[in-house]
Amino acid sequence: MTPNNTTSTSITPPLWLLAEITYQCPLHCPYCSNPVNMEETFNELSTSDWERVLTQAREMGAVQLGFSGGEPLLRRDLEHLVAYARNLGFYTNLITSGIGMTEKRIAKLKKAGLDHIQLSFQSANAEVNDLIGNKRHSFEQKLKIAKLVKQYEYPMVLNFCITAQNIHEIEEVMALSTQLNADFVELATVQYYGWAYENRDHLLPTKAQLQHAESAVNRYRDAQSGGPKFIFVTPDYYEDRPKACMNGWGTTFLTVTPDGSALPCHSAKILPLTFPNVKNSSLRDIWHEDFSFNHFRGDNWMQSPCKGCNEKSKDFGGCRCQAYMLTGDMYKTDPVCSKSPDHHMMKSITDKAGSKASTALKYRYVERGIDIAVVDS
Amino acid sequence: MSEKFVRTPKLNTLFRLQFEHAQQCYVLLFPEGMIKLNPSAAEILTCIDGKKTDAEICELLRENFPDAPEDLEEDVREFLTHAEEKRWILYDA
Repeated sequence: MTPNNTTSTSITPPLWLLAEITYQCPLHCPYCSNPVNMEETFNELSTSDWERVLTQAREMGAVQLGFSGGEPLLRRDLEHLVAYARNLGFYTNLITSGIGMTEKRIAKLKKAGLDHIQLSFQSANAEVNDLIGNKRHSFEQKLKIAKLVKQYEYPMVLNFCITAQNIHEIEEVMALSTQLNADFVELATVQYYGWAYENRDHLLPTKAQLQHAESAVNRYRDAQSGGPKFIFVTPDYYEDRPKACMNGWGTTFLTVTPDGSALPCHSAKILPLTFPNVKNSSLRDIWHEDFSFNHFRGDNWMQSPCKGCNEKSKDFGGCRCQAYMLTGDMYKTDPVCSKSPDHHMMKSITDKAGSKASTALKYRYVERGIDIAVVDS
Repeated sequence: MSEKFVRTPKLNTLFRLQFEHAQQCYVLLFPEGMIKLNPSAAEILTCIDGKKTDAEICELLRENFPDAPEDLEEDVREFLTHAEEKRWILYDA
């Protein structure tokens, strides 16, 4: 690093490393955030590649580490990687569907030093849960794993993906979370990336459904004494200020995908940029020097209205992937922003919520899925 | 403020306390999050071991920082109340 290289010296460390160790998954959720095109699925990084990535990230100051996927339990070296990361001083998070977890593995992961388990649910109702994930008996398995997570004294975060198909059961979701003794519960309305973008017209709840759900959450919180902390995440399609996506491009988050691509967020691969690979470069070179990581840092890349906007240091122009998906131009203001000339698009999309989608639902991987739209008819 | 210091705090197992070289400070780590601690908060939290009472923690801090202001006890009490509200620490019922 040269002292007069201002781009390098002003760069903050990647505090958060998301290690997507495999795209393989026993579930086939139609809102999966993985890329729609998963050709690289079988070209996974080796154990020693991951060891090198973890070591380099930790040296740069990374402290939160998410093991994610796909389903990270499908990697047989997960316990080894957890122990390795914990030994480096990472706080280790396992983000799992619970499918494939056993008591033996949960005990081994504890011994390896795993700090926290985040368990996903597709619904509070067994039948709906199994339909959305397209796997029978997965609900039963998740209940069993939730009990084990607490029995082995992990902090437990439950993540419920909320869509038009399950938003009406939000009270049952909160009751189930309380009964399972969760520490935190993310009631996360699906964000429209990856498979969820393909299936958006099926998944997007109406504004009335969202308001109803939000007031149910507030009522439940008011009546709570102790119990889980509920975090309600609304989809930004109904907002008029864009989200400060990833806390700013290349400031905090670093994702490494199963094949070793390094990305500023897990969705960025859709952008017309060439991203580096950890097989060819060190993380330090990638984070500090790579064209793609520097591309949307700061505000030199911005066009009007972002360029002259007094909120640009607050929201960084919103999400680059969303701007690209919706307008075809990754440099444009996120259309969620009411100052964007494309903001009218949001209304034409949200106006369609609640009516029957014109295309069939696409399930991840599987050609024939069960039509989940039937569950709320 | 007549309430005596007699309780024994322990760190909530939801949180992990550690020193971060990259940031030159102590942090509290929890699921997918991090709280950076200022030096006095870190001094107090690193004394908490589930054995020492709050009074003993004050004594220890007084020994380690003989030049600390007189109202050190007051500051510690205030911080522990804050930490309990934030669920960073727990007391046995």
